[in-house]
Amino acid sequence: MSEMVHVKTTINGAAVDFLCEPRQSLLEVLRDVLYLTGTKEGCNDGNCGSCTVTLDGVLVNACCVLGVEVAGKAVTTIEGMAKNGNLHPLQVAFLEETGLQCGICTPGFLVSSRALLERHPAPSEAQIRHWLAGNLCRCTGYDRIILAVQKASKRMLAGT
Amino acid sequence: MKAGGKREDVLRVIGTTPIRPDGLDKVTGRAIFADDIHLPGMLHGKVLRSPHAHARIKSIDTRQAAALPGVHAVISAADFPEPAKPTSKSADISDLATNCMATTTALYDGHAVAAVAAENIHIAGQALGLIEVDYEVLDAVLDVRSAMADDAPVIHENLKPGFFFASTKKAHPNAGRLEYSDGDISKGFSCASVIVERTFTTQTVHQGYIEAHISTALWDADDRLSVWTSCQGHFDIRDQLAGILNIPMSHINVIPLEVGGAFGGKDSVYLDPLAALLSKKCGRPVKMAMSRNEVLRATGPSSGSSMRVRMGVDDSGKLVAADISFAFEAGAFPGGPVSAGILTATTRYNIPNYRLEGFDVILNKPKIRPYRAPGATQSHFAVETVLDELAEKLGMDPIELRIRNAMKTGDRLVLGYPCPVIGGVELLEAVRSHPHYRAPLDGQNQGRGVAYGFWYGGGGASSAELSVNADGTVQVCTGSCDMSGTRMTLAMQTAEALGIQVSEVQVTTGDTQSIGFTLPAWGSRTTFATGIACITVAEKVIAKMIERAAGIWETDNSNVRFDAGVFTNTNDKLQALTFKQLAAKLDSTGGLLSDQASVSPQGVGFQLAAYLVDVEVDTQTGKVSILRSTIFQDAGKAVHPDYVAGQMQGGVVQGLGWALNEAYIYRADGTLANTSFLDYRMPTALDQPMTETVILETPNPGHPYGVRGVGEVSIVNPPAAVANAIYNAVGIRMDSLPMSPTAVLEKLWEHQAAQL
Amino acid sequence: MAIVWIPSTVRELTNGKAMLEADGNTVAEVIRNIDLACPGIRSALIDDNSLRAGIIIAVDGSIGSRQLLQPVRPDSEIHFIPAIFGG
Repeated sequence: MSEMVHVKTTINGAAVDFLCEPRQSLLEVLRDVLYLTGTKEGCNDGNCGSCTVTLDGVLVNACCVLGVEVAGKAVTTIEGMAKNGNLHPLQVAFLEETGLQCGICTPGFLVSSRALLERHPAPSEAQIRHWLAGNLCRCTGYDRIILAVQKASKRMLAGT
Repeated sequence: MKAGGKREDVLRVIGTTPIRPDGLDKVTGRAIFADDIHLPGMLHGKVLRSPHAHARIKSIDTRQAAALPGVHAVISAADFPEPAKPTSKSADISDLATNCMATTTALYDGHAVAAVAAENIHIAGQALGLIEVDYEVLDAVLDVRSAMADDAPVIHENLKPGFFFASTKKAHPNAGRLEYSDGDISKGFSCASVIVERTFTTQTVHQGYIEAHISTALWDADDRLSVWTSCQGHFDIRDQLAGILNIPMSHINVIPLEVGGAFGGKDSVYLDPLAALLSKKCGRPVKMAMSRNEVLRATGPSSGSSMRVRMGVDDSGKLVAADISFAFEAGAFPGGPVSAGILTATTRYNIPNYRLEGFDVILNKPKIRPYRAPGATQSHFAVETVLDELAEKLGMDPIELRIRNAMKTGDRLVLGYPCPVIGGVELLEAVRSHPHYRAPLDGQNQGRGVAYGFWYGGGGASSAELSVNADGTVQVCTGSCDMSGTRMTLAMQTAEALGIQVSEVQVTTGDTQSIGFTLPAWGSRTTFATGIACITVAEKVIAKMIERAAGIWETDNSNVRFDAGVFTNTNDKLQALTFKQLAAKLDSTGGLLSDQASVSPQGVGFQLAAYLVDVEVDTQTGKVSILRSTIFQDAGKAVHPDYVAGQMQGGVVQGLGWALNEAYIYRADGTLANTSFLDYRMPTALDQPMTETVILETPNPGHPYGVRGVGEVSIVNPPAAVANAIYNAVGIRMDSLPMSPTAVLEKLWEHQAAQL
Repeated sequence: MAIVWIPSTVRELTNGKAMLEADGNTVAEVIRNIDLACPGIRSALIDDNSLRAGIIIAVDGSIGSRQLLQPVRPDSEIHFIPAIFGG
């Protein structure tokens, strides 16, 4: 076993310490060291977006980032999306528009969509599709995910 | 059978769109999927897989691997017990066990040969590298034609085709053959004014579920095994494990979890027996998860095929004869979907003279498993494009041709079985009258295509247990895994039957020790069959509550009427209790109530769908863009219309992926080249526009609310419809899948050369 | 008498006949009776008193779970259809 590295970071706004081996991905650290299992594994090689998190505000696939790389940085995951028990408008919209079926890709889509709406509060359908092209869904065909993002965007613009 | 005393024309809950209760956990990341299981002392397992498509395993030396610090157990086929004698229900257990781990021969690239359990996945991976396997590489066959050639290597010495009727003959050492026929095809073709004959090929494709296979096994001190696994049917998994491990079924508990997609591909064990054997060997819980590479190489894709279709139509547009021969991949073991493939080729049409021949072909690929209407997408690609060509040569509208021949209620299907109630003609009329059918196409190289599709519905064993709480809320436990929202459709049916709010019904899935036997969530059966189990147990509970009300009012049971959630004394209308009010009195009138129902309902309804698509073909690159997409499907009765629409859209996009991009690409040495989502290219959000959904409802009389299964048929039409659209766009008839840019360009060039 | 529809693959046992008639109160009895006229039909369908794997019985268009024990009326139709697996 290689030597463990002590990593200090911030996850969903809270200071977090953990030990990990240099070869462990951020995905592995989140799920198997910190038991934050909301971030999912779909392919482990950066091709499906199920493990989407943000690192210093940038969308990344956690399977393509090493645990040791997040030292001193800020990570946000699906677990940080609802605030004080209040769902984010995207989470509400995904429920209302049936933007999920099996739910395995849903955390990745929510994290990606939130980043989209932070940068482009009123995206067109084409912009939404382009932004979300790195998140694979096999159940929905994407239609209702797009509708959910559009609904959330309208509500957030209206301040509701 | 009706929910007792209910007026059927007034449905309060069925047809509404409540938000699913498990949705909250899924949008917050709290929902527990198989890989989210963490047990104290848990080890991690990994599998060593054959790098050869076909090889004799001369020896396996695991000593170095076992000695690596951090490794706790190593297994190979030698660690498997003799399997149990198969029951009449079970699949051939020894084939299943051999698929989980090779015995004498590795039969496909990725076939498991050994497995280890270690402190973490990295040590497990290192240990795999220390296992020495001596292979003698053999010739491999990777397509149905080569596998059936005279000089093909024989993969199983004593292949038992094992189909419908013991008289099915072996056509070749590597293939079983079956046939369904009736009438006289020579006579039929002699009456045809137009005959079209075409051959088609399709490639192996995968269901593409985003969650891999993950299984965790734990034995307790009493030698009882618990397994947490990603599957569609935990009872089947239990029975397969009992067979492979040769232990009593009652000693195994399989615990259902959220499932991240399955589409038919998670009906069998893969890692489960390995995790169980590793765990037994080292005395600690073992979790095993497949990588995406392993999922693609070593689970259960859907058949590639070679198909020949010859069909004839007379000048009034009646189909007079069909002569079909399909060779479908079975993979390394027999039992692929060719029977359904040939049956679904023509079942939706009345054709008096037919010969349907199918070959189930063994080759060095993973064992084929179901994928959403298994066998039907392949067969519809062939037949629905031939139909279009017949229509064109006849000068008839393609929908008109289908309407003239569409099977109707009572018509005789293949094998003479009378068609249950369906609305095929109504569905086709709906397509023809939809604005999409007549919308102008205003660009170059644009075309429109249609296809009409059929799939069976599923019934089968389903169990539900219902308990009434003192506060009038209700718990229902069923044996059905929920992959898409069936917890909600079952709650809705229960609420409808009990006359209460859907928010007052909590539906859970019980593990195999907590609820009666239930078949897997496949075959579009859950909302139909487990729904009937829920309605049946609801009626039983209502009957018991009627007795209680009668006691309270000191009258006969026959004087108590139950309607829309209210019990009334017909002798004194002022005496009435709502479900909730009566529930509050149960404890003091004999105790709280619960009951159970195990059903295997008759009256399964068929699934029908039609798909209309507009494409644009880029003649420089061969790329086919989808411009407009509309699916029509008969749901019988849409319990939750948004969920039905979701199944329709999801199936369409899978069908589009099958049509345009997806295919297993094998190297010459028989190893799979595209083992990641980058190269096994499934549709992204960018690849197609919104799909409009048109839900029709021809009620299925076999279900109290008219429900038909809806989960599968939506996949069968897109490849054929897109092929027909491409023909209408640029005049080429595509006869192979996928219709990738390369394939389209080659056909275009061939077509252009022929014009010169 | 109940009518039994014979699939094409087994018609070599029935001299090419596509339909046979026989009496019986259950499917099992009807099969026994048609086997008297066309020996071999019963063993093509049944092994060790159970229906062979992959075959399903429909009586008057209804597929139930009782299979060989399904009751048959004097004018019933019996079909043998292949078990289809779904995904």
